[in-house]
Amino acid sequence: MVRQRTPTQEERYLTAFESFASNGWISDPSWLKDLRTSAIERFRELGFPTARRGNEEWKYTDIAPIARTQLEVEVGDESKIGVASIEKFLVGDDNWGRLVFIDGAYSRELSRTPPLSRGVSVTSLAEASATMPDVLEKHLSRYARYDEAAFTALNTAFIEDGALVQVPDGAVLEQPLQLLFVSTTPEAMSAPRTLVIVGRDSKVTIVETYVGLTGGRYFANVVSEIAIGVGAVVNHYRVQQHSKEAFHVGTTQILQDRDSTFNSVVMDAGGALVRNNLNVDLAGENASCTLDGLYMVNGTQHVDNQVMIDHQQPYTTSRQNYKGILDGKSQAVFHGSITVREGARKADARQNDKNLLLSNECEADTKPALWIYCDDVKCGHGAASGQIDERALFYLQSRGVDQEAARRLLVRAFASEIIDSVKQEAVRAHMETIFDEHAQEYRLT
Amino acid sequence: MANAMLEIRNLDASVGVADVEILKGLNMTVRRGEVHAIMGPNGSGKSTLAYVLAGHPGYVVTGGEVLFEGQNLLAMEPEDRARAGLFLSFQHPVEVPGVRLSEFLRAGYNSIRKSRGEEEMSARLFNQMLREKAQLVEMEPSLIQRSVNEGFSGGERKRNEVLQMAILEPKLAVLDEPDSGLDVDAVRIVANGIERLRRSDRAIILITHYQRILDYVVPDYVHVIVDGRIVKSGDKDLALEVESVGYDKYEEELEKSLSG
Repeated sequence: MVRQRTPTQEERYLTAFESFASNGWISDPSWLKDLRTSAIERFRELGFPTARRGNEEWKYTDIAPIARTQLEVEVGDESKIGVASIEKFLVGDDNWGRLVFIDGAYSRELSRTPPLSRGVSVTSLAEASATMPDVLEKHLSRYARYDEAAFTALNTAFIEDGALVQVPDGAVLEQPLQLLFVSTTPEAMSAPRTLVIVGRDSKVTIVETYVGLTGGRYFANVVSEIAIGVGAVVNHYRVQQHSKEAFHVGTTQILQDRDSTFNSVVMDAGGALVRNNLNVDLAGENASCTLDGLYMVNGTQHVDNQVMIDHQQPYTTSRQNYKGILDGKSQAVFHGSITVREGARKADARQNDKNLLLSNECEADTKPALWIYCDDVKCGHGAASGQIDERALFYLQSRGVDQEAARRLLVRAFASEIIDSVKQEAVRAHMETIFDEHAQEYRLT
Repeated sequence: MANAMLEIRNLDASVGVADVEILKGLNMTVRRGEVHAIMGPNGSGKSTLAYVLAGHPGYVVTGGEVLFEGQNLLAMEPEDRARAGLFLSFQHPVEVPGVRLSEFLRAGYNSIRKSRGEEEMSARLFNQMLREKAQLVEMEPSLIQRSVNEGFSGGERKRNEVLQMAILEPKLAVLDEPDSGLDVDAVRIVANGIERLRRSDRAIILITHYQRILDYVVPDYVHVIVDGRIVKSGDKDLALEVESVGYDKYEEELEKSLSG
């Protein structure tokens, strides 16, 4: 008698892929089918990452809960969500462009495309595969490589919809764009994909928002790739406020050409188990990036931010400033890696991570890594974890501010370095609101 | 004693984990309208007295009592002491990055008003008042909108303390070396600010190492504190005596009286 083999955790996705291949993509171009097929192949080979010894990238984050959960691969039904239910997640005014995705599927109803100047495209990936297939074929998956990244491979295998933003040379988008990804289905994985191509001397501001409208476990496995042309400026904001039981793995892959600027502010407020990868390749001379982050965790939340910066060319600059606020039995990880390649002289990199610990049971792990293969560079990093400054607390109390309010002020002050640095007013206000909501849950007495 | 605002009786206090006793049976009575100067050498317990009165958690009272308008001051939280009308001007005011003076001081001001059953003041009116009172200590209005003491010079920090006193209108102000580290001009500005806040219903305890500030803020009483207790009290002339003979004399006298 043959004993039945227990399916591996990966097999569920392999099976889902087969059904996707036989039912879902008949009319898709062959290059896209090939891309998905090779991505699922690679996923099968890699398997889910494990937090075993020596696996530095996953040292502090065990994704077993994601791998263990029986998740369906879901492409959403956008018709069941009304605009009222996403109101609180909307950023900006009526002039902003907005693409809304429900469990990964584009919702025309909830989206709003602003009048765009010539050559600018803001559309869904599904639509783009029909109207501008050559652009997709040329760029999709070219930046976010999946050969060593299982979750990116998994996302790529299930590419079906997402956002496409293309800005031609010399175009400036005056109004920001919001890309809103809403998860609505428990026990399901969504895999939206974002592709942003910014031409020479162009400028765009993009706000990516990941939210949940359902409790229960669900998994958002998202990938964004952004290619920034010579002299172009991209302001990028990313807000993650999933429900408290959700899983989120997000990869943001940036490729910067000469003289380009990438400004990023990320905020994590939700999720049970969250891993963000932000990879920036400074691939052209004089390219610079500013990467700020604020992660807030409490209860048993686990949020891991991994930021990898690759200084490939001379005169490239990077600035990382991440801050965490931890309460309860939560855990936060910051893994900042800076590589300066041979020949990338005058590279200038600075990294900072600070954590504010509000309980005795939370844990902050900071793991800086510098890989310097060039002599003539400036690199620095700093990390600190601590509790509320008792001297400052007493100072405020001595002025009549009661202890809890004083603590609240000091926590807010800690976050303000990140929040107040947000230049886009509507985004700053949005982040303020999320901070205030989250801060309500802190135990400050 | 009639009209006593503050009564300190046999106060013993020690600091932190080292459990070093610093105040050793200190006695003092302050009535409304009076200015008391406390002078003493480094380490004599001047700052400890200030911190103990304000309720700093790093100090432990091991004996004695303090009554503030008849209430047991030592049982109160620091914020409740502020609401009851006590104010401490810090010798070393801390930087509080990310918190604006206008923001936190209004929170304190309004909590004090609320405790008196008064209505809270709007941000607009409060900021107006803050700007007006900043002139009292010749403070740059732009400093008000900055983070508390962040990047402030020593003089700006001290002026900022006096400004906060002017806003909070305490019944009793304990000023811990408002003159330390300041040059002559800065001392004059701070001292003039204090002098203008002198009122018949307000008491001031002015702690200082040097006599010079007392030329501007002329005290009603001067106390010399050595090794945690007051060894001599007098009027303003005592400050001049201290200045000319130095603290050694009082330290020696205390030693003698203790051994004898």
